Amino acid sequence: MKFALVDCNNFYCSCERVFNPKLIGVPVVVLSNNDGCVIARSEEVKKLGIKMGTPAFQNQEMFSKNGVQVFSSNYALYGDMSARVMKTLRTMVEHMEVYSIDEAFLALEDSQGALFAKELRARVRQWTGIPVSVGIGPTKTLAKIANRYAKKNVQFNGVFDLTVGEPDEILSKIECEDIWGIGRRTAAKLAKANITTALNLKNADVPWVRHELGVVGERIVRELNGISCLELEELPPLKKGIASARSFGHQVESLAEIEEALATYIARIGEKLRGQHLLASRMSVFVETNYFKPEQPQYESSAQGTFMNPTNQTPELISKGLDLLRKIYRPGFKYKKTGAFVTNLVDEESVQMTLFENQDQKHRMALQKAVDVLNKRLGRNVVRYGSMGVDEAWGMRQERKSKCYTTRWNELLVASA
Amino acid sequence: MIVDRPIPFEKRTKLRIPLFSTPVQAGFPSPADDHLDKSLDLNEHLVSNPASTFFVKAKGDSMRDAGITCGDILIVDRSITPKDKQIVVAMLDGEFTVKRLRKKKGQVLLVAENNSFEPIEITSEQELVIWGVVTFVIHQPK
Repeated sequence: MKFALVDCNNFYCSCERVFNPKLIGVPVVVLSNNDGCVIARSEEVKKLGIKMGTPAFQNQEMFSKNGVQVFSSNYALYGDMSARVMKTLRTMVEHMEVYSIDEAFLALEDSQGALFAKELRARVRQWTGIPVSVGIGPTKTLAKIANRYAKKNVQFNGVFDLTVGEPDEILSKIECEDIWGIGRRTAAKLAKANITTALNLKNADVPWVRHELGVVGERIVRELNGISCLELEELPPLKKGIASARSFGHQVESLAEIEEALATYIARIGEKLRGQHLLASRMSVFVETNYFKPEQPQYESSAQGTFMNPTNQTPELISKGLDLLRKIYRPGFKYKKTGAFVTNLVDEESVQMTLFENQDQKHRMALQKAVDVLNKRLGRNVVRYGSMGVDEAWGMRQERKSKCYTTRWNELLVASA
Repeated sequence: MIVDRPIPFEKRTKLRIPLFSTPVQAGFPSPADDHLDKSLDLNEHLVSNPASTFFVKAKGDSMRDAGITCGDILIVDRSITPKDKQIVVAMLDGEFTVKRLRKKKGQVLLVAENNSFEPIEITSEQELVIWGVVTFVIHQPK
């Protein structure tokens, strides 16, 4: 058995391009929440020397001078396109691990090599429009390295197989910092011992590595030597909690505005809980000011509470959340962020019998269902609870968001007939 | 970071085990109990490959005679390799268009289904990408 790592190229930018042909061949960036900084770059942008994390606001002029097309992040679109890519991959392999929104590890048969990877790549491209790179190796760590090598060297057309030929020459070109699981600090530690490349680390003394980096480091050395220590994790770990938190578009002082924001985030949590047929037993709420403005007075706090009966009903969740918020809110601060987190989740079915037998509960559930159906059909938060407010002055800055082409009926792609 | 869960158009309904409507002790069972069936799901009929199927709105009336009118929703499957005479969504010169694909003697044409529109002959300078093949049209009658 061997592993393949499939990684979508410049995923967020590629998603934007599928639905907007004018973006093909021109520099494209996608910004973080609140349009803060660059989180995805097309190849053209990388060539311009624009780095990840470049603040957007200060660089508007440079963007427009270079014809850079700038987009706010559109997670509804990226999430849907990611699901399509993963679904397409599943038609070609039996075992895979979705590693992140744009990466998956696949288990390959020994007979499946570069040719298979090319077919895989072609299918994902045709079905979803998303270009991917494929790296193949005897271990997950080496598959990651192969993928990186395929991406950095265009002559391989996005496919590189480290199980063929001698890997040492390639490993000698990979810096420690670029190995999966090795961070900047660890790389600095290794550099002091003259271990700067993946080949150096592969040949390092195992007891020394275990002493310096622990079992995690030892595992990486073994993986570099082609001994597989990391298995595919096919099942996502059980959800322990659901969080919803965001920074405000601008700084917020009044309790009323924070309440509105928090209620809206909690409504999202409610939707998610109901979508997964889960109930929450505990909730925690936090507020914080802006650490990046040390000249302003700083404050942060959080509070926790328990539900007498586990719930996924938005009114109950909001009411608990606002109670907690009022305990920790202090006037006189400029707040930057608030959010809520629910934990101790239980399956709806496991408590349904006792919990929902009374008529009042049934009515409330029916109302909640109606609200969810309307919001799904008409757009998020069209039907909202009073505490969520209506103008969202605190909302995210997302001035350049593309349409939700695949998740909203009223935002579909338009083709001229 | 919060990633909104997409709403894919595959069936999201939970599997419900049908309850038999007739209490056992109440005598004669309903003749329908043996014939319980699940309800029809339009997705089964219209979307054979959810991963590669997209909905696209048509604007304009160049495809009128093919049964596509302004505002119709097209079901577009990208996994189908486009063939001669199929109706396709294409990217041509930076725009999306719906037309019938024709391939004749090495020539590629995008043909409208309406007399007042000329066929578009693709020249070697033009960039044509077939985005997907139209498999169904959702049309609301007047």
